[in-house]
Amino acid sequence: MSRLALALSALVAVLFAASLTTGPSDTSTLSDLSALFLGGDGPLPLVMREIRLPRALLGLMIGASLGLAGAAMQGYLRNPLAEPGLIGVSGSAALGAVLAIHTGLAAAFTLGLPLAALAGAGTGVLLVLMLAGPRGASITLILAGIAISALAAALTSLVLNLSPNPYAASEIVFWMMGSLADRSMTHVWLALPLMVVGWVGLATLGRGLDALTLGEDAAEAMGIRLTRLRLTLVVGTAFVVGAATAVAGAIGFVGLVVPHLLRPLVGARPSRLLWASALGGAAMVLAADLAVRLVLPERDLKLGVLTALVGAPLFLHLIYKTRAEMA
Amino acid sequence: MTLLSVDSLSVRLRARPVLSDVSFSVGPRECVGLIGPNGAGKTTLLRAILGLVPHSGHSSLAALPPRDRGRAAAWMPQARDIAWPVSVETLVALGRTPHLSGLQGISDADRAHVDAALTTMGLDALRDRTATRLSGGEQAMALIARALAQDTPLLMADEPIAGLDPANQISTMEVFAGLAEEGRAVIVSIHDLGLAARHCTRLILLGEGGIAADGPPDAVLTPDNLARIFHVSAHYAHTAQGPVFQPLEVTR
Repeated sequence: MSRLALALSALVAVLFAASLTTGPSDTSTLSDLSALFLGGDGPLPLVMREIRLPRALLGLMIGASLGLAGAAMQGYLRNPLAEPGLIGVSGSAALGAVLAIHTGLAAAFTLGLPLAALAGAGTGVLLVLMLAGPRGASITLILAGIAISALAAALTSLVLNLSPNPYAASEIVFWMMGSLADRSMTHVWLALPLMVVGWVGLATLGRGLDALTLGEDAAEAMGIRLTRLRLTLVVGTAFVVGAATAVAGAIGFVGLVVPHLLRPLVGARPSRLLWASALGGAAMVLAADLAVRLVLPERDLKLGVLTALVGAPLFLHLIYKTRAEMA
Repeated sequence: MTLLSVDSLSVRLRARPVLSDVSFSVGPRECVGLIGPNGAGKTTLLRAILGLVPHSGHSSLAALPPRDRGRAAAWMPQARDIAWPVSVETLVALGRTPHLSGLQGISDADRAHVDAALTTMGLDALRDRTATRLSGGEQAMALIARALAQDTPLLMADEPIAGLDPANQISTMEVFAGLAEEGRAVIVSIHDLGLAARHCTRLILLGEGGIAADGPPDAVLTPDNLARIFHVSAHYAHTAQGPVFQPLEVTR
């Protein structure tokens, strides 16, 4: 384990503990943790196990997913501006969720919304794979992703346009901003298996992504099966980002900023950036979710709004730094 | 023993025939210069041999499973892609990719190959520098070192010496000739016919959709071949310092 891995792991552990012990109920950290692990009487064990634990777990899982998928996508496309949403998964997942809200499916049963979002993500990724074709350069994947994202965004706008009343519209808009509030262990159990499959797939890409540093031709001539690599990347990203969007809505900028931020710390090697970005993404989402609870607790600040608010200036700073290096 | 055999290989790109019915084989101790005018299909031939472009006919390398192919032949493309600001050492170590298995990292033996490749290309002083911040020529030298680190019986390089200074051009060709003397084989596409004549044991001249001539430099660089394929006349002489080749005039 390198120093970076230790530092990032420690940061994630601290933020995870802070996420568990932050909330409107005014209790001490010690009693929070004892209620979580040992149980006891009163409402505190229930609050810890049913409200704060799923929230912290989802923050960890979703952050790691977005960071990992972002690093893999940037590595494959050899472009620091790539992000996991590029292949249209988050857009089509959002469309599925929005349709569930619009049709009342979301209100009819608890898992209606996340399942519809997963169906959307699955449909989107299948369309992208069909459009991009089994072989071909990364450019066809980007074009297919842009086409599907645009289509999903247009259809989402259409649903908003046709929404029967302002309440339905505002519910859709607020959902799309992304949040971890009021999620349960059911959401964790829904997302976790899918994410684990995706994590395993994306984690195997390290060597191929390293080889792609030399370009597609050289990588292929060194024995990397690009067709398989691309399929694993797209399907893995669909699993982790689809599941993340399904349970938490759209959380932007994590998959874009975190790999960019950590790249200099891992010697720019795409394989090492994978795990570093997973840890970094988890830290960013946990921190952002803490911030929404601490900054404006009574106004229900949305997580996706905060990551974008923090992410955009951070990204501007990175651009500025890159510009200075190139000059 | 042959390291590569190509049998009636044909390539069509966008329904346009680029190469038809190309056959040749390459054995150990050969340093093959692949020459031909722009658009003759040198890059296409090299990529088809590796199975990177759709083709008909047979290439012994394209028939291999991907990983075995990576251990049989190293390929240095013409595009000098270095996507990320990795160190020169890391870049060269990527050449070990086909030799790594499973989750196993880079071993001491791998490291020894990397060190040897860096030394061969005279890059020891640059090993910790960021590859993307080097000059174009230095990047080319690092990418050649990457191909050397792959430690394959056959090395294929597409215009590796384009853009290098004279000293680096000559020493790179000497490295290739040295690999051939070790019992390996090298196929290198090259536009500098003078360097090709001096350092290659064999030249393959591409033109008119296939192999126009194949043999030792003397047999290939004839006035007739030069006029027919390259449309130039040339001065070609054997001197005390070795063969000297200088193109003179366009004949078309």
